[in-house]
Amino acid sequence: MFIKEYISEIAKATKSLWTGMRLTGHYFVRPKTVITQQYPDNRDTLKMADRFRGEVIMPHDADNLHACTGCTACELACPNATIKVITKFELTPENKKKKALDTFVYHLDMCTLCGLCVDACPTGAIQMGQNFEHSVYDRSTLTKKLNKPGSKIREGVE
Amino acid sequence: MYSLHAITHSIQDWLSARLSPVWVLMIESIIVIVLAIGLFAVLGLILVWLERKVAAHMQIRLGPNRVGPAGIFQTSADTLKLILKEGLTPDGADKFLFNFAPFVVMIVAMLALAPIAFANGFQIWDINIGVLYVSAISSLSVIGILIAGWASNNKYSLLGAMRSGAQIVSYELSAGLSILTIVVLTGSLQISDIVHAQQNGWWLFKGHIPVVIAFIIFIIAATAETNRAPFDLAEAESELTAGFHTEYSGMKFALFFLAEYINIFIVCAIGATLFLGGWMPFHIGDWAQFNHVMDYIPSSIWFFGKTFFLIFLIMWFRWTFPRLRVDQLLTLEWKYLLPISLFNLLLVTVIAIMNWHF
Amino acid sequence: MYTETQIINNSNDELVINVGPQHPATHGVLHLVITLQGETIKKVEPHLGYIHRSIEKMCESLTYRQFICASSRMDYLSAHINNHACALTVEKGAQIEVPQRAQYIRVIMDELTRIASHELWWGAMAMDLGAFTPFFYAFREREVITEIMEETCGARLTMNYMVPGGVMTDIHPDFQKRVKEFIQLFKSKIDEYDDLVTNNIIFQNRTKGVGHLSKEDAISYGCTGAVARASGVSCDIRKLYPYDIYDKVTFNEILETAGDSFARYMIRMGEMRESIKIIEQLIDNIPEGDYQAKTKAVLKLPKGDFYTRVETARGELGVYIVSEGAATPYRIKFRSPGFSNLSALDQMARGGKIGDLMATMGTLDLVIPDIDR
Repeated sequence: MFIKEYISEIAKATKSLWTGMRLTGHYFVRPKTVITQQYPDNRDTLKMADRFRGEVIMPHDADNLHACTGCTACELACPNATIKVITKFELTPENKKKKALDTFVYHLDMCTLCGLCVDACPTGAIQMGQNFEHSVYDRSTLTKKLNKPGSKIREGVE
Repeated sequence: MYSLHAITHSIQDWLSARLSPVWVLMIESIIVIVLAIGLFAVLGLILVWLERKVAAHMQIRLGPNRVGPAGIFQTSADTLKLILKEGLTPDGADKFLFNFAPFVVMIVAMLALAPIAFANGFQIWDINIGVLYVSAISSLSVIGILIAGWASNNKYSLLGAMRSGAQIVSYELSAGLSILTIVVLTGSLQISDIVHAQQNGWWLFKGHIPVVIAFIIFIIAATAETNRAPFDLAEAESELTAGFHTEYSGMKFALFFLAEYINIFIVCAIGATLFLGGWMPFHIGDWAQFNHVMDYIPSSIWFFGKTFFLIFLIMWFRWTFPRLRVDQLLTLEWKYLLPISLFNLLLVTVIAIMNWHF
Repeated sequence: MYTETQIINNSNDELVINVGPQHPATHGVLHLVITLQGETIKKVEPHLGYIHRSIEKMCESLTYRQFICASSRMDYLSAHINNHACALTVEKGAQIEVPQRAQYIRVIMDELTRIASHELWWGAMAMDLGAFTPFFYAFREREVITEIMEETCGARLTMNYMVPGGVMTDIHPDFQKRVKEFIQLFKSKIDEYDDLVTNNIIFQNRTKGVGHLSKEDAISYGCTGAVARASGVSCDIRKLYPYDIYDKVTFNEILETAGDSFARYMIRMGEMRESIKIIEQLIDNIPEGDYQAKTKAVLKLPKGDFYTRVETARGELGVYIVSEGAATPYRIKFRSPGFSNLSALDQMARGGKIGDLMATMGTLDLVIPDIDR
């Protein structure tokens, strides 16, 4: 019958609307379900995942030694020329010329953080850092020198 | 019951003892204007903040929480920003109408405030056709929207304005019919009469199911008349970018924004007055003790409590439902709401004639 | 583009509107020129190219390891699956045997990506229809997936986890535990989606019978993915041409015949549940072993052309590599699902209202960088 259909249609519609309202109402009265993270305030407790790729870093140990041989594998692996390895020749104690790292230039502004350089590094000299707060006012500060001044290659790394 | 008559009358007496009637009227008008504008500003700020908070908590967010405690001053800061912003007028726009439209919308919203009883004895103008006056005035706001949409010289604005025209004209009908049910029950168009008729219980409870149906229809129609989701087709963000106020910026946009919230307040206030007894405390029949306890709560708190409850309901709709399509909007009105409310009005008339209500 | 005189001289009371390139409903820089009569759509003309970055050309100068990370930027919502497609093509060319463990990890990641992509689509589509709240509920669950991704792959959106020969790193020790937790969470939340959107009468009215695409049209426009399956075209690459271990898992290809927006919606909702099923079958059975095959330092593909296709969240993605035997491809062509699906939009939207266009566009699940590349 027409009237019966008409009324059941309205009842069904009202029920479906009420189901939705009950759900939003459910969350409205439960402030504990709020998932907002108040980012700059939670810096102390904010922990990024270990593997999070935020930037390329070159770890130095306490004696200011790194593991980069200057082989340029990372430079070749990089899809967008983010890394430039400048090498120099050093004299070993045996008076032999040996290729060594002079400057490890890293253009953070060009980096897509794909991780291919870290994957390519044979000595594990570079790693992905977890720092992600890279915004600066001057773009030139994003061109970084990764090896610290006066640092040397660790003994035994070939 | 505590009444604000004493205060208003003492001001009246004090002024008339010292000044001529013309000056008394002038000064009283100025007081009313200052109060009305102050109420507007405060209401606008609070309602926007409330909307953002309600939305946020429904969407498992926190909402504004930086400016002031719980972000209460966020809207003030936003308004300050909007005041300082440049109000652009598009090149091909009709300059006069474009700048005029926000004021039309705003003035209409202000006018509708006149007969609303905020508390016992606190009413700007207790006009004897109060309900009729409000429904007449509130349907004028569509003119402002149409002017805005037409004058912007923007196709999105034009579409939004046309949608709004079709929408408000249709939903006036069922809003008016559901208001009429209460008028039929009370036998008066005057707001104060309607409130006093609910001394022994609100119409929502006294009038059986037909009044409940009328109430639901009124809420739906009110949502549609104020262009709120799920009936926000005039603005329809994902379809028409911002609808009729696409081209507005700065304070002119803020006026539209403010008027929207004032309109919500007004329709909810009307709804609260008609169905929930306005400032009348919650009374149960002749149970004198209970009624006496309820009278201790000031009447303005009752009024604002009921109004804000309805406002919350409308916000709840907005943050739950998707938007209707323009033809479905009209289908809902002409095929469902209008026949139901016509039939409902008939029922209520029978109830009123036979005196079946409590 | 239309000049002002053209619009005025339009004799049939038609109104030409530019939807986009900056418009809330196009989710990117898509530009649609729509011709309206009143509110009724007469014609939809997509204008593309606003975000064309010539990824295909760019890939010609990148080695076979490097070009994979560029493919993440096409359909960024199913970045994993794009990478997978590229890796599969290189493996096919270089004849690299991928270890079982890597295949399992890849498929699990693919399905997680598919869920994440559909979640975002669900929220964004509801937003197209004017409901804002679903977006946040969808992102709540999507966030869990991105966190799993972040923990194992190191990034949240453009993971670049697939390499020719397997995956870049082994899964995180917590991976299995967290994925299982996610499955539990998701199963409890997907019913909420139905409560909030699917069963909603307004939503059903907005989508049922809207944007109809017939089976014949779906085939002739080359539609794939949920768009074609909603019209009854069986086209799930995972079923038809299984890659990796998709032939070992049991799952249903969701098919609808209505061909309207609601059917497309239901397909995607069903796919999320099927993805959960696939992950459940695999997550406890990841075999031990290498996660990456030993490959040469410089990968070179033999002379010839290689084509693989995979099922992304949006449809069929084809990767076509022409190799001259060098370390970089001679030519690369991506067959993106979004482009073909978009081409059917005119057919679907004609005769509907503006609101229908948005509903249809929402169910197409367009990712503009995928269309333009």
